[in-house]
Amino acid sequence: MADMKDFRFSREHEWVRAEGKKAYIGISDYAQNALGDIVFVELPETGAKLSAGDVLGVVESVKAASDIYSPVSGTVIETNQELADAPEKINEAPYDSWIAVVELDDESELDELMDFDDYEKFCKEEA
Amino acid sequence: MSSREVKLIFEKSREGRRAYSLPECDVPRKDMADLIPEELLRQTPADLPEVSEVDAVRHFTALSRRNHGVDSGFYPLGSCTMKYNPKVNEDVARLSGFTRVHPYQPEDTVQGCLELMYKADRMLAEITGMERVSLQPAAGAHGELTGLMIIKAYHESRGQGKRNKIIVPDSAHGTNPASAAVAGFEVLEVKSNERGCVDVEALKALMSDEIAGLMLTNPNTLGLFEENITEIAEIVHNAGGLLYYDGANANAIVGISRPGDMGFDVVHLNLHKTFSTPHGGGGPGSGPVGVKKELVPFLPVPLIEYSDGRYYLDYDRPLSIGRVKSFYGNFNVVVKAYAYIMSQGHEGLKEVAQAAVLNANYLMKKLKEYYHLPYDRVCMHEFVLSGVKQKEKGVSTLDIAKRLLDFGYHPPTVYFPLIVKEALMIEPTETESKETLDEFIDAMIQIAREAETEPEKVKGAPHTTVVGRLDEVRAARMPVLRWTGHSK
Amino acid sequence: MSRYIPNTRHQQGEMLKELGMGSPEQLFESIPEEARLKKPLDLPKALSEPELVKHMQEIAGKNANLDEYTCFLGAGAYDHYIPSVVGHVLSRQEFYTSYTPYQPEISQGTLQAIFEYQTMICQLTGMDVANASMYDGATALTEAAVMACQAVKRNEVLVASSVHPESRTVLKTYSRFNGCDVKEIGYSDGRVDLEELESKISGRTAAVIVQNPNFFGIIENLSEIAALAHKYGALFIVSADPISLAVLKSPGEAGADIAVGEGQPLGNPLNFGGPYLGFFAAKKELLRRMPGRIAGETIDAEGRRGFVLTMQTREQHIRREKATSNICSNQALNALAATVYLTVMGKQGLKEVADLCLQKSHYAYEKLTATGKFQPVFSAPFFKEFVVRAKEPVSDLNRRLLGSKIIGGLEIEKFYPEIQNGWLVAVTEKRTREEIDQLAGKAVGV
Ligand SMILES: Cc1ncc(COP(=O)(O)O)c(C=O)c1O
Repeated sequence: MADMKDFRFSREHEWVRAEGKKAYIGISDYAQNALGDIVFVELPETGAKLSAGDVLGVVESVKAASDIYSPVSGTVIETNQELADAPEKINEAPYDSWIAVVELDDESELDELMDFDDYEKFCKEEA
Repeated sequence: MSSREVKLIFEKSREGRRAYSLPECDVPRKDMADLIPEELLRQTPADLPEVSEVDAVRHFTALSRRNHGVDSGFYPLGSCTMKYNPKVNEDVARLSGFTRVHPYQPEDTVQGCLELMYKADRMLAEITGMERVSLQPAAGAHGELTGLMIIKAYHESRGQGKRNKIIVPDSAHGTNPASAAVAGFEVLEVKSNERGCVDVEALKALMSDEIAGLMLTNPNTLGLFEENITEIAEIVHNAGGLLYYDGANANAIVGISRPGDMGFDVVHLNLHKTFSTPHGGGGPGSGPVGVKKELVPFLPVPLIEYSDGRYYLDYDRPLSIGRVKSFYGNFNVVVKAYAYIMSQGHEGLKEVAQAAVLNANYLMKKLKEYYHLPYDRVCMHEFVLSGVKQKEKGVSTLDIAKRLLDFGYHPPTVYFPLIVKEALMIEPTETESKETLDEFIDAMIQIAREAETEPEKVKGAPHTTVVGRLDEVRAARMPVLRWTGHSK
Repeated sequence: MSRYIPNTRHQQGEMLKELGMGSPEQLFESIPEEARLKKPLDLPKALSEPELVKHMQEIAGKNANLDEYTCFLGAGAYDHYIPSVVGHVLSRQEFYTSYTPYQPEISQGTLQAIFEYQTMICQLTGMDVANASMYDGATALTEAAVMACQAVKRNEVLVASSVHPESRTVLKTYSRFNGCDVKEIGYSDGRVDLEELESKISGRTAAVIVQNPNFFGIIENLSEIAALAHKYGALFIVSADPISLAVLKSPGEAGADIAVGEGQPLGNPLNFGGPYLGFFAAKKELLRRMPGRIAGETIDAEGRRGFVLTMQTREQHIRREKATSNICSNQALNALAATVYLTVMGKQGLKEVADLCLQKSHYAYEKLTATGKFQPVFSAPFFKEFVVRAKEPVSDLNRRLLGSKIIGGLEIEKFYPEIQNGWLVAVTEKRTREEIDQLAGKAVGV
């Protein structure tokens, strides 16, 4: 299990885990729960340049399609091909199932995101 | 319903069996190779099934027994107007004079078809309060798209091409925003207020010189009449926009109120709903589009005109958006709707609307004690309940829908409109008797009780159908979209 | 009271009382006064059932129908034989009075039929996946163009001018609004002009669209066009006559990415132009961009096989303005007709139909040209339809034939002014040698 200290969260329920300039992005446990069984993940193209708030990809359940927004700005350098064949990994282990790696333009953007405790509170309020 | 699995037709195939019968070739035969070069010919034959005629008939009869139709029983599928489809309309639509006519025959040989279309155009224009109607669109969504293209072409013709935004309420059917996008518009959503109608203040705030129009369903998808319709029309018109009427719910108002008189400029009707043409397991429908006078030049070509005792196809319409479909629309569906209108007359149509609205209000009154009714006021032809009370016991709207199957009913529309949680949208139509409604009410009450006392029974439903709940997650994760075996 | 309303006045009174109302007018109080209809609709008076039947027979009787006339007219709608079984299956109320199979447990009949239909369309076209139907061939072709633009992220579409004129018009209507840039490629000897195609295709091209056999009845060399399209990274879209697919190279074999077509020839009556169906199939890589409904196989909790509508996140009821298409109701019953037709004809029967069309149309072509009154227009191979040039205006010729209860071919000049006095003649398996001889005899005139 991942160490939640390393994670930052957006209000749209994406998480970011940065390793230097490399940021792993996925969706939170709350988000996967709300969506239900995930049947498809649309991954971005590597090389795509994103600003914070841009659509990074799409996660789909049987009856819903939900855009994933990139919480940070940067360039997509890698996507998780494993999810193409096994989208259920997001349900099983949301914090291990990164969707894309983005090379950060500006690491300070991370400071604007919530830490795990704040995010938990935020989710309680949403519910 | 029959519960034995029906094998796929391909699994029943046996080489050498045949159901067809064709005449022998009575002209001097040539070698195919002499007529078509080898490289243009098929290499691997299409692996179609080989069965006998009895096999074919038994197969499709067996499949039909695994379906619920309007003739099988009550079908209160909201927004779809699953009324009874009169048999005589099927008979008359099957006359050779309608079915065995080629669309490119000379006009003199198709005067009957043109007359029927011309009269249908005129009658639907009268019913909606419009000037002219095009019968070309194949369904509601196709009508929406056509109507929106007309709106865009109209604005462009007046140098108002910048009007590229269409407003759609949050309660709208999915085809509304989808059609707007296909027509190249940007979609703006307007909120509904606490009475379930368009929030007039929010609408005002959206107005600008980029607004092309507003799409509205009236009665709306909650089954409520937009009580501020006149004010709404004024707001949109004052801002230079047009009003589009989604006629999916016209069964409530035919003969009572006309979209044209409400202030709408463009309407589509669903002949497969209001005008009793059968739904065919998903289609064909027909989605005629009517417009006010200023918009007539933009209707698709051809329109049918009449002069000197002769009907003809008019292609000479320079401002027309063009064609949206080949030939003249789903003609044979129009034949059935025409027959329906002729069998009803103005009084009959009005009685239909009254009876449909009465049936809906009666059901609503009887059910609101047991299910949450988010908008508690007189409804039109349908109403929307919410399963939130039952949800507290762990029973979802989907469970309620599935449990209704055990009683032999087609469930209501569920989870639409999106603004009602756990929505159950119920449209009884006028063709149901009080007895049928009372039985349905009893079933719904029983299910509400079960949700309290034995929720597992509801959650495990259906218990009596040929298959249980199917694994849709599996279907989507590992798509099997065709048979991939090899025939014997 | 309207004859399809079961409740008696008495019952309606009871129900109103239950609602605390005295009259049905009270039900409509939420409709503002100014929007209410003040006078009865101006409609003809209601007809009883016998009156209605008579009225409809009278209107139908004003049309020349193909029970009485011999048809050599095609041009996108064909007089093929429809086996008796098709009509009987379609008359099962369980099929024709139901709607979209959103509740799979009570819709297995429709769903399995769609699954079988999808399979047959894949078999015929040689593609991987097919949807449950589109409105018609023209809209299927148009949706294919839109899909290609989105898939390749380019917006130029090259369409052969030998594609059905009405399909091209529909494509152009949509394109005016959706931003596709449609350009036409001319023909030479009745086939796609490859030189022109080569000169126009570029890295901006999203798709090349051809029809096979094309509007002139001529068989295109699909593989060559496919190679050219793919060289520039464009998708190749083929609109095919489904009957011809029994013998002609399938779009899949030729390298097409999307195959569409008008499904009317598969068991659907001419119906003065509709309802027909559009079929739509593609390579599996394009599955998630496809328009329309798709049925898929799955199981229930007990492991029983069943079918559901699947991949629905593409569709308008979920994706709304981001959906791949706005289509909702489709042409389900017409697709069922196609399924039953293909079942009855089967592997051998469809080939025989195709072969009869081929033999008889060539016989007719020779008969007509042998009279000396008709000249060949093209020399390329054709399937069941061909163009010849008459020595007189085709409208005169067709008028004369009508007198002998023959519906002649299309006056092709209406769509292609350059083919003066061109006559597009279709010969299906239903035409007999005698009918063809009679056509040739009467066509010559006196
Ligand atoms: C409110 C509403 N609008 C539009 C449509 C689309 O009509 P169609 O399915 O005929 O395209 C529907 C159909 O269910 C509807 O209920």
